[in-house]
Amino acid sequence: MTPETEAALAEIVKSAEGPLRIVGGGTRDIGAPVVGEALSTAGLSGVTLYEPGALTLVAQAGTPVAEIEAVLAAEGQRLAFEPMDHRALLGTDGTPTIGGVVAANVSGPRRIQVGACRDSLLGVRFVDGMGCVLKNGGRVMKNVTGYDLVKLMAGSWGTLGVLSEVSLKVQAVPEAEATLVGRGMEAGAAVKVLSAALGSPYDVSGAAVSGDAALVRLEGLGDSVSYRVKRLLDAACAGWEVVEGEASAALWRDVRDVTSFAGRAGTVWRVSVKPSDGPALVAALGGPEAILDWGGGLVWLLVEEDAAARVRAEVARLGGHATLVRAPDAIRATIPAFQPEAAPLAAISRGLREKFDPRGILNPGLMG
Amino acid sequence: MQMPAPNQAILARKERIVARLRGVLPSDAVIDDEAETRAYECDALTAYRCPPLAAVLPATTEEVAAVLKICHEEGVPVVPRGAGTSLAGGAMPTADSIILGVARMNEVLETDYENRFIRVQTGRTNLSVSGAVEEDGFFYAPDPSSQLACAIAGNIAMNSGGAHCLKYGVTTNNLLGVTMVMMDGEIVEIGGAHLDAGGLDLLGLICGSEGQLGVVTEATLRILRKPEGARPVLMGFDSNEVAGECVSDIIKAGILPVAIEFMDRPCIRATEAFAGAGYPDCEALLIVEVEGSEEEIDAQLARIMAIARKHNPVELRESGSPEESAKIWLGRKSAFGAMGQINDYMCLDGTIPVSQLPYVLRRIGEMSKEYGLDVGNVFHAGDGNMHPLILFDANKPGDLERCEAFGADILKLCVEVGGCLTGEHGVGIEKRDLMVDQYAPEDLEIQMAVKDVFDPSWLLNPAKVFPLAASEARRMAAE
Repeated sequence: MTPETEAALAEIVKSAEGPLRIVGGGTRDIGAPVVGEALSTAGLSGVTLYEPGALTLVAQAGTPVAEIEAVLAAEGQRLAFEPMDHRALLGTDGTPTIGGVVAANVSGPRRIQVGACRDSLLGVRFVDGMGCVLKNGGRVMKNVTGYDLVKLMAGSWGTLGVLSEVSLKVQAVPEAEATLVGRGMEAGAAVKVLSAALGSPYDVSGAAVSGDAALVRLEGLGDSVSYRVKRLLDAACAGWEVVEGEASAALWRDVRDVTSFAGRAGTVWRVSVKPSDGPALVAALGGPEAILDWGGGLVWLLVEEDAAARVRAEVARLGGHATLVRAPDAIRATIPAFQPEAAPLAAISRGLREKFDPRGILNPGLMG
Repeated sequence: MQMPAPNQAILARKERIVARLRGVLPSDAVIDDEAETRAYECDALTAYRCPPLAAVLPATTEEVAAVLKICHEEGVPVVPRGAGTSLAGGAMPTADSIILGVARMNEVLETDYENRFIRVQTGRTNLSVSGAVEEDGFFYAPDPSSQLACAIAGNIAMNSGGAHCLKYGVTTNNLLGVTMVMMDGEIVEIGGAHLDAGGLDLLGLICGSEGQLGVVTEATLRILRKPEGARPVLMGFDSNEVAGECVSDIIKAGILPVAIEFMDRPCIRATEAFAGAGYPDCEALLIVEVEGSEEEIDAQLARIMAIARKHNPVELRESGSPEESAKIWLGRKSAFGAMGQINDYMCLDGTIPVSQLPYVLRRIGEMSKEYGLDVGNVFHAGDGNMHPLILFDANKPGDLERCEAFGADILKLCVEVGGCLTGEHGVGIEKRDLMVDQYAPEDLEIQMAVKDVFDPSWLLNPAKVFPLAASEARRMAAE
């Protein structure tokens, strides 16, 4: 089912008699597999409002991310939170949609500077589990009118409602970017340097360890980037190499999309911990292949299929959460994709789902 | 402003309730003397007052839990209070409620520069969070203008902003984790020192929920390294339209100032008379501040001034020193005091799409004539968050009511042009009954359903946020 209007979407949900599997472009097949009739938002497409001078864009949920990026690029703007493209890593095809980005709260390396997708999200329209069209937030940057259901919807993976329209804050593309690259450090030492760079006044917009390279990104006016690069070379990043422009952008696309794990055997976990705990987590797991983004706090792990219990236990010990992003169906059927919550929080989450989707038909079981 | 009639059964049980609270708190932490409870009869929305049944001042999360457990068992409404600086009546009590003040909980629990966070008890004031890390070159970014007095608890409850949120975001964008006590006394931990929630974003939901979902007792906050420096430029224009276009052009040029503040002629004149900051006598004034090293600031200000020159400013004054910066900010920072010198005022907080600025200012001017009340506009232009200040005379019968009606019309106008009722102050009691202008009944119903999940008996700050008629059935069921 691919409704082309919000009203049609609402009617489908209202009259549904069984579970619905909500998809945008179907490129982010994460979470417990959902058995149900497919309901796609791809028919709800198009940018409905764009005001470059106010840094705001409103689009229907099924609008391709590429279309939004093209519309923004024509005005020298972009999505600040740098959403990952999951296709290479997950081996999916299809067209990523903005609704999918929001439903999964997909955020890239710039998360450490500008926030996650949820921090750029200004408003949502969605259809709840009873087929009722609801809205929250709006299209202005400051809004505390009533409860913030906007953030609740971001990252709810279609389990609270089917997004029909999203409103986003956007950002000007900076004049210049450069990446400082340091090689040959072990992860713990590299993260210490990233922490020093992130604790500097130079507004670092990316800090990662990928392969044998530690990366620190600066973006801004041309002279400003040159100045900040020089200051970091004088201190925390002494002796590092400097990569500029498109070569720099390419480095961060690879970090963002976890390119080095694409097409390789093994399960992939995405873990959020305190930055200084990132290297400790990898070490505690016996040193599997890992990419550390967000200054060390976002850990991508490529591990054996039987590592689930150890990953979860270590993350629980350190504080944080682990998401099983890629695994064979047999593993996905038995291991919860999302970190199990403490009992009182799980009760709240369950209570919220019962209110938004009393019949339990929207992506049932996907988040556990 | 209507408030629900107090529950007589609770009033009759006062002695027993207070005795039970004394059983779990030190004796000086329970205030029930009628003269002393008056200290809690209102917040910064001083037009409305009502002393609570009692006030409690717990010092730990466990004490908060003990208090809430008793209130839950007794069915007594609880109104959480930070520092009482809410302009929306968020901490205003009812006669049958307990004020739960967090003022004694002001410790720094952990500071971690390597991971760039600070963990505090939420009674700590906003400014003293920055104060705890500033010697090491760090700061906490959200800076509401009441930051000297306001508490982190209230910042979280209202999702407070400030002048610098154009670059750094508001409270919700800087909050990493909380310890929260549920109405039944259960203590929960949400988030932590890591980024983004696992599972549903309950942290995002808590922030801005006006103390209706739980009492946040500890918070993990993101701290940032202070920029090398900051300097503003002041520009004057002969029309609001032109000033609005200039804001839009600066934003489109890809420069991200840390603040873009706007004042209109009534406000400029009032502040000149009051503070003598040397502002030009013009229709609209902008203060645009940028950050960085001296050279970076020079380069950014040069670009911003080049854009401003295209709009024929009547004044363009770049700050070259801390003294000049202070002088440029002087008028803006004394705007509220200056307006207060003229008369009583009501401060509004609607947000509009920046593109609607000239139209909205024109309409406010027309309405000002219709209502016969003066209004000055000062606001955060970069994000469209307006603070119209309506002048009235509290001693003149009918003036407050006229002022409130004018204010309501301005907020409805904000909604009409695609904005919202409140950008950073919160709904409280002040804008409660206007919620129906922004939200359809079903949009309010789902928000109230969220409260049902956290606080099924509707005891936490129950008479706020939602129109009384909309929440009545739920509040009554609780009794």
